[in-house]
Amino acid sequence: MDFTFTDEQCLFRDAARDFLRGEIKTQRIRESWNTDSGRDTALWRQLAEIGLTGVTVPEAHGGLGLDELDFVQLAQECGYVALPEPLVNCALVAVPLLVAVGDELAAHWLPKVAAGEARVIAGLAQDPLVEDAHVADLLLYGEGGNLYALQPDEYALVRSESVDPSRRLFRVTPNPGVAAVLDGAQAEPLLAAGFERGALGCAAQALGLAQRMLDMSVEYTAQREQFGRPIGSFQAVKHHLADVAVALEYARAPVYRAACSLARGDPRAPLHVAHAKLAACDAASLAATKSIQVHGAMGYTWEVDLHIFMKKAWALAGSWGDAASHKARIAEAVLDDGAPLGAGATF
Amino acid sequence: MQLDYTEEQQAFRAEARQWLAAHVPAEPLPSYDTEEGFQRHREWEAVLHRGRWTMVTWPGDLGGRGSSLVEWLIFEEEYYRAGAPKRVNMNGICLLGPTLMEYGSEAQKARILPKMASGEEIWAQAWSEPNAGSDMAAIRSRAARQGDTYVINGQKIWSTRAVWADWCFGMFRTDPDSQRHHGLTFILVPLDTPGVTVRPIPQLDGLPGFAEIFFDDVEVPVANRLGEEGAGWRVAMATAGFERGLMLRAPARFQETARRLVELYRENRASADRDPAIRDAVLRAYLDAEAYCLATYQTACRLDQGGKIGPESSTNKIFWSELDQAMCGTAMRILGARAELLPHAPAAAGVGTWLDDFLFAQSGPIYAGSNEIQRNIIAERMLGMPR
Ligand SMILES: Cc1cc2nc3c(=O)[nH]c(=O)nc-3n(C[C@H](O)[C@H](O)[C@H](O)COP(=O)(O)OP(=O)(O)OC[C@H]3O[C@@H](n4cnc5c(N)ncnc54)[C@H](O)[C@@H]3O)c2cc1C
Repeated sequence: MDFTFTDEQCLFRDAARDFLRGEIKTQRIRESWNTDSGRDTALWRQLAEIGLTGVTVPEAHGGLGLDELDFVQLAQECGYVALPEPLVNCALVAVPLLVAVGDELAAHWLPKVAAGEARVIAGLAQDPLVEDAHVADLLLYGEGGNLYALQPDEYALVRSESVDPSRRLFRVTPNPGVAAVLDGAQAEPLLAAGFERGALGCAAQALGLAQRMLDMSVEYTAQREQFGRPIGSFQAVKHHLADVAVALEYARAPVYRAACSLARGDPRAPLHVAHAKLAACDAASLAATKSIQVHGAMGYTWEVDLHIFMKKAWALAGSWGDAASHKARIAEAVLDDGAPLGAGATF
Repeated sequence: MQLDYTEEQQAFRAEARQWLAAHVPAEPLPSYDTEEGFQRHREWEAVLHRGRWTMVTWPGDLGGRGSSLVEWLIFEEEYYRAGAPKRVNMNGICLLGPTLMEYGSEAQKARILPKMASGEEIWAQAWSEPNAGSDMAAIRSRAARQGDTYVINGQKIWSTRAVWADWCFGMFRTDPDSQRHHGLTFILVPLDTPGVTVRPIPQLDGLPGFAEIFFDDVEVPVANRLGEEGAGWRVAMATAGFERGLMLRAPARFQETARRLVELYRENRASADRDPAIRDAVLRAYLDAEAYCLATYQTACRLDQGGKIGPESSTNKIFWSELDQAMCGTAMRILGARAELLPHAPAAAGVGTWLDDFLFAQSGPIYAGSNEIQRNIIAERMLGMPR
């Protein structure tokens, strides 16, 4: 039993953190809103240079060959800066899918992902829309129990605008006659595993978003004065933020456990992912509610950066399985007779 | 990260399970807030001691097993699974014991710890006073130094299990001119010392679970002091410190409550489902108990590897006490019209121990530092917000 990350995992996280916090300033995010694609190919290449796009790509294909557990803290850091680039989708969902499909498709695309020459994106149809389909060099698309590997000229896109200007969402329609790479019984386990990884990615980003909003609120309330003192000295304000700290503290371990279960192929991984997704998205939603409250009217503006993180948190709560669907999975596992419950049933 | 038990850990679990199966009383003991129940629980502590299970993390020469915190968590899981009796000497083994190991003299350790481990001496905490509750630095009870003796005068209140306990430990003002947390000293007092009067206070369930303690020229030797004179605050903070906080409420306890809640829901599903909020609360209970377990294992692993605990540990008191309150409240809602019935009432079939659990859960957010005080600590020490 060892519920800690290795020194290597933490060093990698710290390096990613330094890079992301240094590069992804909110000004850069705001600028991306005004571009056509909302995405930045130069940034994608930078991410590749420090090894982030290839984290999960097998070493044989030029990557680092790491797993969900190695990546989960990196996804958290992506959330902290509200990274617009589809790194989490690519590394945590699309690449493992490609690896599982194997063959020429994997051999062709994986080295390009590791090198930062291509973005591979997964959209597995549990959400009606696919994020970042417009910048996918290869789109792994699940529909009707089939898995498609689509190149840009093989599908049509219709954009649906999100409250979060960083999010680019599309309805995908494969061209008539395009064949699936896998179907039925072959596609099913891959689509299911991809879904779990997507949900884990959301959960990990939600942790980062919650932490960011908490940090911003602590900072803001230390500076803003009313009644002749910093508003952060008022107990009502303190307790709002303490509640966020508690929620965050008890959302982390479920997310890490879910990552570990996925990496180890634990059959209970779906239950663990559902818990992680609910806990982390709840913590992020609470962070949003409390943060806007302690910011006062400033928090309700477009100009103050808080909304960048709030909106992403709100959006993630409904992505890769909304709360109702994850809760339904838990209910099935827990409320039926014979479920392992109680002391000693956790591991 | 490796979330499987090692072979040694599995063997440890098997040994604990086997021993508990052979020794846990078949019938639940009477409440330890009754005279007979207290005695029976004291005897149970002796049984545990003979099996070397009193406190598995303690070193072997004190009757422990030198276990890691993870093993302690495993033991607690088996303990709660087995439905074993409540621990009547919790204040001794979880709070005073570790403090003694850190601050006690060799003579004090040798004199106190073995009898604490065997249940021969049961300990009560005596911090609170009528005017020093959340504001513990307002303590006024005096301990005046006279040669090798302290002469204690004053009053303590809310002292859990003091009615039948043998000793109490707490803080007294040794410097009459001192203010706040200065000039306080940590002193151990045998409750049978002349001048000590213990007045039971009935709790919500009517039983005298705590007591007032009056000190009227009570003389105790200076050797009963823990740490330096005037350093009581620092020693006391160690008692309140995290590892003890961690040990006070093992996740197993709440996971068993969550399990019982799921079972209660299943038994009463048809009526419970008339209110969809109940089902939601049951799921929440399961998840939060699980989260508490996961976070505790994470912390235990970190500490076992030599890590240090930070102020983030204040989140745990809030989390478990509010979880417990929510779980018991949900059980009451499921029981509906039966919820108010005492367990022996003729119409009380199927109510189990929920009413008692519910009543006690109301005190969780108050004792051991109220949750408002914990939130202040989180805001100021963990988040660094201005005072
Ligand atoms: C079941 C039980 C067992 C106990 N056992 C022991 C024991 O063994 N030994 C012992 O010494 N004591 C014991 N206590 C006492 C316990 O430590 C105190 O009840 C606790 O510290 C709160 O003090 P108080 O009751 O005086 O409440 P008060 O301090 O009067 O507080 C009342 C309310 O005001 C709030 N409040 C107070 N100050 C602040 C503030 N600064 N900011 C925000 N809110 C504030 C509190 O949070 C609480 O909600 C026990 C209590 C209970 C309920």
